[in-house]
Amino acid sequence: MTATVPGPARTFLGLPTAPRGVGHLRGDESFPDAARTALRDGQLRANLGHATSTIRGKRARVVAELPDWAELREAGRALKAATMARLDDHLEELERQVTARGGTVHWARDANEANEIVTRLVLATGASEVVKVKSMATQEIGLNEALEAVGLDVFETDLAELIVQLGEDKPSHILVPAIHKNRAEIREIFARTIPGVDPGLTDEPRQLAMAARAHLRERFLRARVAVSGANFGIAETGTLTVVESEGNGRMCLTLPETLITVMGIEKVVPTWRDLEVFLQLLPRSSTGERMNPYTSTWAGVTPGDGPQEFHLVLLDNGRTAVLADEVGREALHCIRCSACLNVCPVYERTGGHAYGSVYPGPIGAVLSPQLTGVEDNASLPYASSLCGACYEVCPVAIDIPSILVHLRSEHVEAQEKPNAEALAFRGLARAMSNPRLWHLAQRASRLGRLFARGRPTLPNALPPPISGWTRSRDLPTPPTSTFVESWTREHGR
Amino acid sequence: MKVALFATCLVDTLTPTVARATATLLERLGHEVVVPTGQACCGQMHVNTGYRREAVPIVANHVRAFAGAEAIVAPSGSCVASIHHQQADVARRAGEHRLAADAAELAGRTYELSQFLVDVLGVTDVGAYYPHRVTYHPTCHSLRLLKVGDRPFRLLRAVRGLELVELPGAEQCCGFGGTFAVKNADTSTAMLTDKMANVLSTHAEVCTAGDASCLMHIGGGLSRLRAGTRTVHLAEILASTEEAVTPNQTTRPAMSV
Amino acid sequence: MSARDDVLSRIRQALGPDRTAPAEVARSYRGAGAHPATGAALMDLLVDRVEDYRATVLRCSPGDVAATVRAALDQGLGGGWAAGDVVVAPGLAQEWRPEGCDVDDDRPAVQLADRAASVTAVAVAIAETGTLVLDGSPACGRRALSLLPDCLVCVVTADQVVGGVPEGLARLDPLRPLTMVSGPSATSDIELERVEGVHGPRTLMVVLAG
Repeated sequence: MTATVPGPARTFLGLPTAPRGVGHLRGDESFPDAARTALRDGQLRANLGHATSTIRGKRARVVAELPDWAELREAGRALKAATMARLDDHLEELERQVTARGGTVHWARDANEANEIVTRLVLATGASEVVKVKSMATQEIGLNEALEAVGLDVFETDLAELIVQLGEDKPSHILVPAIHKNRAEIREIFARTIPGVDPGLTDEPRQLAMAARAHLRERFLRARVAVSGANFGIAETGTLTVVESEGNGRMCLTLPETLITVMGIEKVVPTWRDLEVFLQLLPRSSTGERMNPYTSTWAGVTPGDGPQEFHLVLLDNGRTAVLADEVGREALHCIRCSACLNVCPVYERTGGHAYGSVYPGPIGAVLSPQLTGVEDNASLPYASSLCGACYEVCPVAIDIPSILVHLRSEHVEAQEKPNAEALAFRGLARAMSNPRLWHLAQRASRLGRLFARGRPTLPNALPPPISGWTRSRDLPTPPTSTFVESWTREHGR
Repeated sequence: MKVALFATCLVDTLTPTVARATATLLERLGHEVVVPTGQACCGQMHVNTGYRREAVPIVANHVRAFAGAEAIVAPSGSCVASIHHQQADVARRAGEHRLAADAAELAGRTYELSQFLVDVLGVTDVGAYYPHRVTYHPTCHSLRLLKVGDRPFRLLRAVRGLELVELPGAEQCCGFGGTFAVKNADTSTAMLTDKMANVLSTHAEVCTAGDASCLMHIGGGLSRLRAGTRTVHLAEILASTEEAVTPNQTTRPAMSV
Repeated sequence: MSARDDVLSRIRQALGPDRTAPAEVARSYRGAGAHPATGAALMDLLVDRVEDYRATVLRCSPGDVAATVRAALDQGLGGGWAAGDVVVAPGLAQEWRPEGCDVDDDRPAVQLADRAASVTAVAVAIAETGTLVLDGSPACGRRALSLLPDCLVCVVTADQVVGGVPEGLARLDPLRPLTMVSGPSATSDIELERVEGVHGPRTLMVVLAG
């Protein structure tokens, strides 16, 4: 798992991307192949359809309630853009402020380095187990595997993460990692894996939540070390923020003696006041609530309240490579609300596992290929019909469709030798830029009429890539003449 | 008004009846229609598949073909969106700043059909007659990039004899997405299946839209199922009158024009 | 080169030598003081939003807080509670405390899990989102106090209620450990349907005075 494989791909500026062989940013198969399997799973389709339509409705209601949603969204976009333009200054300020308030700041170039830092810090406490708050950054770097490799017990405490961990599964959604499981499946996992669970456990969500409460209560009370992520890190005050619902975050952030927070460098926010924007955008976009049940903020260490040892690990792992791309860097604005997943017609049908990365859905399709280098996730930029629903709901107005299109070009332009597709597109481009050639090409398309043999549609069995279409859809037989031809015939030039 | 018709590569080659209907409609409304013979494609398919460099000469050809036109109308939301949102950008990225400026200027005079009718010509009742039960699919690029809003509905509601039925899940993509339908054929088919289920649930005779490409997708699926519900472009409905119901509509495959 | 210097130098390289200066952020959304609700309407909005999370609000006059706190505990704990089951923040106003209750001190935080209910003040209450903010001051208590007992009673006074999030944050000190509470603990992790009551207090009682 941690074997070092050939060095990471490099961007045109030479900035390193996330290394191979560690973490969860790359899948085992291409998106179309993984999707083909997922699409056959009727239970998965039903679970996703139910969950995403529920959350879409909730989000729409609470967003419509705010008269200034468009202004908040624009402020969120502008704040993120302004932050990225001075990212180095803000991070240095954050480091100064956290240090001044009794915290220790660590910097990690990549997943391996971050895992080493956290492992070293945990081992230094002498603790044998770690409680964790759901965090995308630690999923991304494969921290659990790294900690387990040195013999530590790692407990995910978010309900959905717990379901995934107990089921030996993988997360499939940014906010609700177990969205692909329904209540009956979750009941089965709990009945099978939680020691001493009530054998009469039903699939009622409240009962399942209570079972998780009972299972984790003892672990919270004895925990000595917690690991969290951070939603926002405020540079001017050194204040870290965790936004959550269940209270598992509060348990981890409050009870242990030592807290280690792993934060992607893009999560820094310049001022305290900026939170007034993000704390309105995030809950309404993610769980469809006016406010999430709990938001915790802390600056360094507070005597007599909470952990007395605090470490902040600032993680790059390919983010600076993303920052180097003037179009793609907008993906770093993401506040991990997952609204784009919930409205995506592709995600709704394939689920998150098909994306192969901990970041699924539309934002994953632009973020993962940039973090790893496009060639390591080359099928993801194409995993979208470019319908634009993601852009419409994004609370910080990330133009995901435009970034997808941009990454497709990056992939095409990275090929040293043109393949059949590239040759076809080049030929077509030549024809489409020269009216005489274009009319010849259009006439050639009429050869399709030979296949049709007088029938209104072409036969189903045609060579690839047209077979991708005709497997499930009819293709009309080309007409005897184009519109421009017949019009010109009638009207003259 | 003198209107230059951009048929779009797909309509011109595969469903010429849609362009014909657009011309018929505009002429009936008293406007002069011209069809520049140098036209080919807006470049969208190349850009969206990753061939933005190859798209530059296509954009140049488009700008050349329509230079000097007073107003340009296309029966395709998606192509007009590409003209508005992609052409100048593609040219600029290639360092073709003159072309970028020309493309941006041309985009300002280019309209999707329903926007042209309602916003420029100021009509919603185009005098059409279409005695059928119809449901409307608001295609993604018309809906989200061009924001055509309720214009197609206002046009359809004014059509005599037409019974308009609401499409459930209307704003969900049909799964076309250009080369997406081929590169991710399985996912595209899954999206299409749900779209067809919604269309069929309306018991409409006709599913209409402002994009021939999405209609070719939905229509191709319905045809394969032998569903009976057909797809007809908005332009064809609006071109139909008591005197002349557009004879060859999209899903009656155009064997001749 | 240290990891720190390396990451910072990568950022500078990524942004390039002639990085564009960040544009001024237009804050044209409703800022502090812009919320339309005031007076009784503001109180009603807070009540409506807190109750929407399935928390319970008991309203009283400023002189009636002690009795209302007791009523809240009756309701939250189901009656028959002993004063020793209830732990209050060390700085909670004397006249609000149930007689004979436990007062939090510097005991190990986990021992607070033995108490059935806690009573605290708040620093700010945000009406539009139904959010109570506790700031770790003596009146609000340390963070574990409002976390471990299964029933949380918060006393809110009228002067602490603001309209929207911007006003709320403007009143808070970001250097203090803050906890923003919007209803009882909850989860949407099973089929994205909200279920109240997971690890935090399953019962939230709000006493709104004034």
